[in-house]
Amino acid sequence: MALVYTEEQEMVRDSAKGFLAEKASVSVFRKMRDAGDTLGWSRALWVEMAEMGWAGILVEEQYGGLDFGMTGAALILEEMGKNLTTSPFLSSAVMATQVLRGASEAQKQAWLPKMVSGEAVIALALDEGVKHDPASSQLQAEKLGNGYRLNGSKAYIIDGFDADGYLVLARTDGEAGDQDGLSLFLVDAKAKGISTSSTKLLDSRNYAGAKFDNVEVSGGDLIGEAGKGLDALEPALNAGRIGLAAEMLGASAQCFETSMEYLKDRSQFGQKIGSFQGLQHRSAHLYSELELVRSAVIKAGQDFEASAEHSGMIASLAKAKSGEVAILAANEGVQLLGGIGMTDEHDMGLYMKRIRAAQELLGDYAFHAGRFAKWRGF
Amino acid sequence: MADLEQFQQETRDWLEANCPKTMRKPMRTESDACWGGRNFEFKSDDQRNWLKLMGEKGWTAPEWPKEYGGGGLSREQSKILKKEMARISARPPLQSFGIWMLGPALLKFGSEEQKKEYLPPIVRGEIRWCQGYSEPGAGSDLASLQTRCEDKGDHYLVNGQKVWTSYADKADWIFCLVRTNREARKHLGISFVLFDMASKGVSTKPITLISGKSPFCETFFDDVKVPKENLVGTLDRGWDIAKYLLTHEREMIGGSGGSAFASRGLGEVAVSALGADDDGQLSDTALRAKIATAELDGWAFLLTMERAKDEAKAGHGVGARSSMLKYYGTELNKRRFELMMASKGMSALEWEGEASNEGELPRAWLRTKGNSIEGGTSEVQLNIISKRILGLPDPKVV
Repeated sequence: MALVYTEEQEMVRDSAKGFLAEKASVSVFRKMRDAGDTLGWSRALWVEMAEMGWAGILVEEQYGGLDFGMTGAALILEEMGKNLTTSPFLSSAVMATQVLRGASEAQKQAWLPKMVSGEAVIALALDEGVKHDPASSQLQAEKLGNGYRLNGSKAYIIDGFDADGYLVLARTDGEAGDQDGLSLFLVDAKAKGISTSSTKLLDSRNYAGAKFDNVEVSGGDLIGEAGKGLDALEPALNAGRIGLAAEMLGASAQCFETSMEYLKDRSQFGQKIGSFQGLQHRSAHLYSELELVRSAVIKAGQDFEASAEHSGMIASLAKAKSGEVAILAANEGVQLLGGIGMTDEHDMGLYMKRIRAAQELLGDYAFHAGRFAKWRGF
Repeated sequence: MADLEQFQQETRDWLEANCPKTMRKPMRTESDACWGGRNFEFKSDDQRNWLKLMGEKGWTAPEWPKEYGGGGLSREQSKILKKEMARISARPPLQSFGIWMLGPALLKFGSEEQKKEYLPPIVRGEIRWCQGYSEPGAGSDLASLQTRCEDKGDHYLVNGQKVWTSYADKADWIFCLVRTNREARKHLGISFVLFDMASKGVSTKPITLISGKSPFCETFFDDVKVPKENLVGTLDRGWDIAKYLLTHEREMIGGSGGSAFASRGLGEVAVSALGADDDGQLSDTALRAKIATAELDGWAFLLTMERAKDEAKAGHGVGARSSMLKYYGTELNKRRFELMMASKGMSALEWEGEASNEGELPRAWLRTKGNSIEGGTSEVQLNIISKRILGLPDPKVV
């Protein structure tokens, strides 16, 4: 398949560009941050995005979705990355809906239409420690009649504060670190025994910690097979990683564009600083790296569309490379802008903060490089 | 579609019937390559026949027009031919600067007579070409070249020196950049001429590199007479042709750096040399991390080359992007060979003897150092990206 966007995909990008510039630009994000908003995104705006079909972009048509494919979703995330737009798009529309593909008909009927309309948001409660590592989950799911009882805690849940439901990764068998023995439950946030608290990170978005204290769930709340939770999760993780790679590509591209404008505008020593070869070569190198990231992101989207389960290697490639280059783009952005780049007034710092968080989420460079190496047989 | 399927079947049958068995395994060393030309010594009858048969069909230059000896194939058909050749591991019948470089330039800039005269012998591998570009005083600043070409009425007279001329000592003809106007600005006084290396006054001297023997030569021109019809394109406007060819060359060099990653993985090399733990992971964890980084970049680069081709086909390529591919691909290749050397430890240092195939790895490693110099240095490529793609202002000349 040619590594270029289709006309339909380009149209989605264009409409995202227009919509976000008008309604969710970086100044909107800044206002929200300054207001100290704990939700971290706007419900009204999310409903508008849902009306454009974004909340259901990966959902099958019979549940009201567009089933448009990952490349299109990645293009929306890229534009969101450029604008630092916040929304539950990545957590709920890209990742949670992907898990629900493996859910029962009853679960789908109960949640998908509400998610597609923008009414309900589901967050994935996966990690418990400071590094992404689902297999190390210890939250216990103890068999209780036909159902289970959950005890334990989760941390750094993306959009986990004030979510309507959680996909909880729990251990039904085995020990922390085992690939097998984990199960996925879809739990209503109102279930008795769940308490959440907002965690404020440097990117001013919505994260939460959650405690599960004797939370009772039924057998019908299980997704897929007991003990095979990581398999059920794999497509969603791949989607999330590709999505984050795309978002970081957008954020990096914006850092780069801002830097280039500055180099052409700012004068020192009687000439534009962009004429200095020392800065030109750094810029040209970063341009080259960004080209590599775009290729990896496009390929990852196409691989995901071909097989969500088997797109892991290229998803890891995209996440690792995009994160690495995004850090470079943000660091170069601040350096090339000099003092102004260090001020809170300039947007560059906002990008740097988001990039730092995004490259850590769902596995950092070392995590994905290690996975890639394993796939490559070393 | 049906036509393509039929073409594929016919191609497969033809290759099956005509490709000699000994030509159906990958080339082991440089000496297995067939370069053709007046003085080429074929290694075997099979090698000679394979070139002859492919040349007659025009399949050494599959996409060139039939009227100039080419295969006249469409891009899709040419892809199929490539695939079918790869299927039986058929060797390329011919390595040729004529096909890679001069041919495309003649097709674009040459006169009808020149195309008719020069292209068919290139396709058949009868004339071997070399490229006369760099000079001792004109490296990165190629346009400052000084080899003189004077109009003597019924002929040109060429005097000067070229350097880094690949295979000048083996080539039959040269395509050469010469100065035809010393008054004009440097880019506007250059012409593109062709002449026979057997002409009186041409001499060559091989250059030994840090890696050992090399195809590079110094080439000297001492009152070389060149027929006037051997000028390609317009007098004094040879720089346009030179730029076109340089773009071509960059893509070739950059491409070869990246495609190495498609073959045997670096990690695999390291595991077989240094061993793995119970999980199959390279025991040396620091080296593993470095190799993983190089492999990630290698894959992303390969995808970028693929995308560049796809975009060019869709009609929105960026011409100057060849500079990015050249820059990144060659730097990547250098990194790759550093890691190959690390993966093989002391054995990577063996310079002579059968075990090391006469120091094949360390020589190849040293040779990669030239990748980011030849065809325009990395720094020149970064200058081009800055100017043409990023639109950054020219440095103030002091």
